[in-house]
Order: sequence, then C-alpha cells, then structure tokens
Amino acid sequence: MLSLSEEIPLVEPTGADGAFSLLWLVIALPLAGAAILLIGGALFPQALKVWGHVLGTLLPIGSFVISLVLFVQLMGREEGDRQVVQHLYDFIQVGDLDVGMDLLYDPLTSLFLLLITGVGSLIHVYSIGYMEHDERRPRFFGYLNLFVAAMLLLVMSENYLGLFIGWEGVGLASYLLIGFWQHKHSAAAAAKKAFVINRVGDMGLSTAIMLAFVTFGSTSFTVISASAGAAEQHVMTAFGLLLLLGACGKSAQVPLQAWLLDAMEGPTPVSALIHAATMVTAGVYLIVRSNFIFELTDTAQTVVVIVATVTLLWGAIIGCAKDDIKKALAGSTMSQIGYMMLGAGLGTAGYAFAIFHLLTHGFFKANMFLGAGSVMHGMNDDVDMRHYGALRKMLPVTFFTFAIGYLAIIGVPPFSGFWSKDKIIETALVENPVVGICALLGAGITGFYMTRLMLMTFFTKERWEKGVHPHESPKLMTIPLMVLAALSALGGFLLAGDWIVGWLEPVVGHAEHHEPPLPVIVITLITIGVVAIGVAAAFVLVGQREVPREAPQDVSFATRAARADLYGDAINDGLVVGPSRQLTSGLVTFDRSVVDGLFSGGATVVAGVGILLRRVQNGFVRSYAVSILAGVLLVVLALLAVNLA
Amino acid sequence: MTEYIVLSAILFTIGAVGVLTRRNALVVFMCVELMLNACNLALVTFAKQHGNLDGQIAAFFVMVVAAAEVVVGLAIIMTIFRTRRSASVDDASLLKY
Repeated sequence: MLSLSEEIPLVEPTGADGAFSLLWLVIALPLAGAAILLIGGALFPQALKVWGHVLGTLLPIGSFVISLVLFVQLMGREEGDRQVVQHLYDFIQVGDLDVGMDLLYDPLTSLFLLLITGVGSLIHVYSIGYMEHDERRPRFFGYLNLFVAAMLLLVMSENYLGLFIGWEGVGLASYLLIGFWQHKHSAAAAAKKAFVINRVGDMGLSTAIMLAFVTFGSTSFTVISASAGAAEQHVMTAFGLLLLLGACGKSAQVPLQAWLLDAMEGPTPVSALIHAATMVTAGVYLIVRSNFIFELTDTAQTVVVIVATVTLLWGAIIGCAKDDIKKALAGSTMSQIGYMMLGAGLGTAGYAFAIFHLLTHGFFKANMFLGAGSVMHGMNDDVDMRHYGALRKMLPVTFFTFAIGYLAIIGVPPFSGFWSKDKIIETALVENPVVGICALLGAGITGFYMTRLMLMTFFTKERWEKGVHPHESPKLMTIPLMVLAALSALGGFLLAGDWIVGWLEPVVGHAEHHEPPLPVIVITLITIGVVAIGVAAAFVLVGQREVPREAPQDVSFATRAARADLYGDAINDGLVVGPSRQLTSGLVTFDRSVVDGLFSGGATVVAGVGILLRRVQNGFVRSYAVSILAGVLLVVLALLAVNLA
Repeated sequence: MTEYIVLSAILFTIGAVGVLTRRNALVVFMCVELMLNACNLALVTFAKQHGNLDGQIAAFFVMVVAAAEVVVGLAIIMTIFRTRRSASVDDASLLKY
C-alpha cells in the first residue's frame, strides 16, 4: 500500500494573496444576510417584509460573483500551484493542539463554490416567487442564507473541525427548513427525524475527528495528507469507515437513508437546494476530500462501494412506486447520490467522475425539483401525480425545462447526465463487473421511474381536482428554471477534452487508464439500450393505460414494499427504536424497583424501628427509673466481670 | 470498715426499691435522698480508708447538689399538686410518645 502513497497528491497550499484574500468574503456575505434577516426579524419586521428577500438574494449572488472571480484566478495559475490557504484566526490553542480557522481553496473547492453559490442564487430568485404569499418569507431567506454560509464553510475549511462546524450548520439549516411549516405535524416530525438520523452519522464524523487528533495530533488536511502514509493500516480503516458513517447520514445512504423522503415536507426550493443539489452531496465531498485516507484502506473503499451500490438500487426502486412527485424525485436523488458515492468509492479513477456527476446532478435535479414546485404552484400545492396529467399545455415553460432535466437524468446524449453517469458505469465495470452491472440496472430503473413521472405529470389524461386551474408560474420562477435547464443540457461539456479530470488532478491524483472489458462505445450503447428498455417499460405500463386517480391497493408485494420505502422505517423501528425503547423501560423499572427500593426501603425500616422504639417513652417516671437502674446494674456487672477476670 | 459499706449498700437498696415501688412523689423524693446519703456514707468511708480528703470533699458536693435539687424538686411537686390535686408520679405521665 505504501508504494501507492507516492501517487496520492498532498495538500500543500500556499498563502492567499491578491484576489484570493477575498476568500473569507464568500462565506461572510451570506452569513451577514442570515444574521440581518434572522435577528432583524425581531427589530424591524416591517422593513424586512419589503426588502428582506432582495437582500437575502443579492448576498449569495455576491458570493457567486466572488467565486467566479476566484475561479478565473485559479485557472490562471500553474497546475501545481492551485492550492491556496487563508488563515483567518486561531480557533483552538490548547497544549499541543492548534486548530486554526483556515480556508482552503483548490480545484475541488472552486467547483463546489460555483455550484453552491450559483444554484443557490437561482433557487433564492425562485423562492422570491414561490414564497411570495408566505408571512414568514424574510425568515425563510434568513435560513437559506444560513444554509449557504454553512455549506460554504463545509467545503472551504482546511481542517476536519472547521468542516464539522459547517457540517453541523447545514444540518441545523436543513432541520429548520424541513420544519419551516411547523404548524403541520408531519413537517415537524420530518424535521426531527432528519435531525436524529443525522446525529448518528455525525457521531461517526466526530469520532473520526477525535481519531485524527489522537493519531496525527491535528485535523488539518495538510498535516494528515502528509503523514497518513506512515499511520497504521487498521487506524486508516477505522478512520475511513467512520468518515463513511458520517457521509451516509448526510447523504442519505443506506442504512441512514430513511430521513430523505420525509424531508420533502419542507418548501420545494429547500428540497431543490438542500435535499437534492448541495447538502446531501456533502458526504460525497467528504469522501473525495479524504481521498488521501481512502486510498490507503481497501476495506473502507470496498464498504463505500457496497453502500453506494445498495443505495443506488434502493432509491431507484422507491422512486418507481411513489405517487408524490417530490418523493419520487427524492428517491431518485438518493439513487443518484449512490452513483456519486460509487464513483468516490472506486478510488482515483472515479473521484473526478463522482464530482462531475455531483455537478450535473446539482443542475438537473435542482431544475426538476423547481419544476415540480412550479407544477405544485399551478395545482394548488397538490403533490399527488395521480391528480396531474396532460399539464404540458398548461405549463409549457415548466414542461420544456423539466423535459431537459428528464433527458439529462436518464442519460440521453448529449445531455449532461449521459456523460457523467456513463463514466461512472464505465469505471465501475472496469473495477468490478458485479457492481458495474448493478449500476447499469440502476440506470434502467432510472429510465423507468423518470418516464413514469413525466407521463403521469405532463402526458396522459387530465385528472385534476375540481376547481384547480393549472397555470404557468411567474417569470421569477421560470427564469431560474430556464438557466438550470440550459446547464442541465450543456453541463456535459465540462468533460470535453477530459477537462474536469485534469482540473481535479491536483486534488485526487492521476488515474492510470485501465481498458474496460468491452470497448467504451459498446458500454455506452448497452447503457443507452438498458435505459431505453426502462423507458419503454414505463410507456407500456403507464403511458398505454388509464392512470387511476386513487392508488390501486391490490398490488404486488414489490410495489407495496417500494411504497413503504422498502420498509426502511420498519427496519429502523425493529432494530433500533424498539430495542432502545425496551432497554429504556427496563432501566426505568430497574431504577424504580431496585435503586429506589434500596433507598426508600432502608428509610422504611428505620421509620418502622422508630415507631416500635418510641413505645419506650411511655411517660411513667418509674419505668424510666427501672431502665436507669438496669443500666447501672449492667455497668457494675461489666466492671466486676472485667476486674475479676 | 466493711460494716459501713454494708450499711451504705442496704440504705441504697432501700432507697432504690422505694423509688421504683412508691407512687407518692414526696416518698420517692425521700428515697432519692436516702440513696444520695447512702452514697455519701460510702464516700466518707472510703476517704477514711484511703487516709485522704477526696471522698469527704465529694460528699460535700453531693450535699450541696442535693440541697439545690430539693429546692427545685419540691417546687415542681408543689406545682403539680396544686394543678392536679395529686402527688402520684404515675398521674404525671403526659410527657410521652
């Protein structure tokens, strides 16, 4: 393994100068927005109602402009010189421990900054229209800004501790936004569920950080990447598995996947920004960023691949049975993140494609979620696709943009998803045929469930509720859709001339090219063929039949299982919730009977003895005199006994 | 010397039995005095036997304390008798559990 470590690029940033000294501003702008909107909400609520959303939108756009400038600056540098670090202040200094608040800017971070601030800004614009009639719109924008700031800190921090702060920050923002309509019980419950399941993953990440402190005496990427090769194998494996646990929680990978579908209770822009485009991909970022660890541990990498493969099929199967348009998309998100994780688990050959798929997915999934929001907007917030149908005439812009996202996700050339997913499948086939075939199968299922969604929403017969008059959304909502559709269509050009692979090489290293078992063109054709089968199946099963307005109940076991999220909740209840409840009630019983019994039992005995003994105080002086005499006699006898003995 | 000690023991026993058996507070009181004086006799006897004054001094202390005690005790007995028209120690049994 050690010989490999020479190929793993080290994190060796240089100090920030020139334009790069603006790095801190990227985070500071949305953070200031969050502070003003959330604190100011109590101080000057009327003013915020007027310009709160404008401020909340302009600040992320400002961050986007800075990110763009920084990106151009970074492109202008030599390839070996594309890592910049900015030291903000000393965060923790205790004994040997020295953690700085440092920002790292390298090719990987640069892409994430553009994705987060770019897609984030578009979603902010969209939200102005989507949340127009909401009383608490300024607060909504405050939360969104908080999320953007935390996510930026997550991808910019130069050490695991700073990353963890951002990690928890996005978790908090996600919780607040899922439960934004907290008057709905389901939303409040979903927020809590997301928070609790994320805690399990966070436990893994925080334990990994502690392990880093113990092993390397530091959490800095620079230090760890330099000394990881010298660490023991089992420590690296534990490190990798703990990081994976954290990634599973945040990225909704099996077994911590159950929260993502419920998270769709939040407003749709939130689903698009947090639960599709950015936050849920943080796990992929974590693994790609920690490539200097995963490259040293085959075990952890294998587990990543297994988790990813299970998840990509799991999510896809759920997506096939959902009638709620957002939940179908959420299942799809889970599945697509599975693809990214798969790419990240395949090592050096896959990192760049994982990030590539992450970017294209960020475009087309945000596009489709916002499109779903636009449909809901026109359908009085109905999410049941069985109540849709034939909407393409009513919502032409939404339909057109959604269709581009659809073509991108199922992987029709030349749309972006084709390039990214195809590369991951190809790499998977090289590394492990079984995994590759699973990924291929997942692509086919993707074709099925996305076509089903398209048909039920935009084609087939009208099945609207009475009094629903579908209408196109305002410009403020459709323009972001158009921009995202353009990105979904053209995102594939990032791969032109293997640009993204070369761009990420300073971070993830150079991959030896392995010839796939079949020629690339054959793999591509097979992939397209499998997708076509999925699409055709959807046409036959959904398009050619009458779609009932009520979900049929006499369905196969597979459909019932998929509708119930493959019993993810039941598994959690059976394996975790039930036993821990029983343990708790057992402990309570033990506490009440044994521990309390010991103390109160002792007290009862003493009190009982007291009740008996107080009878001695009978008030008769002569009986006291007898006791005294008896006592005296006893003492005298004792003295005599001692003296005579 | 033994005779004195025997006499002292007899007096003490008479006093103790009196305290335990008699109900009249005045008689009980007299029996207590008897016990005190039996002790005094024993103290003085031992002082004579040892040839020093320790026992005699102790006897004086006992007398002083007994005198003070008689003053307080008789006053209590009188007060009780005035309120209850009875000098029986068994009747004054309210101070109990």
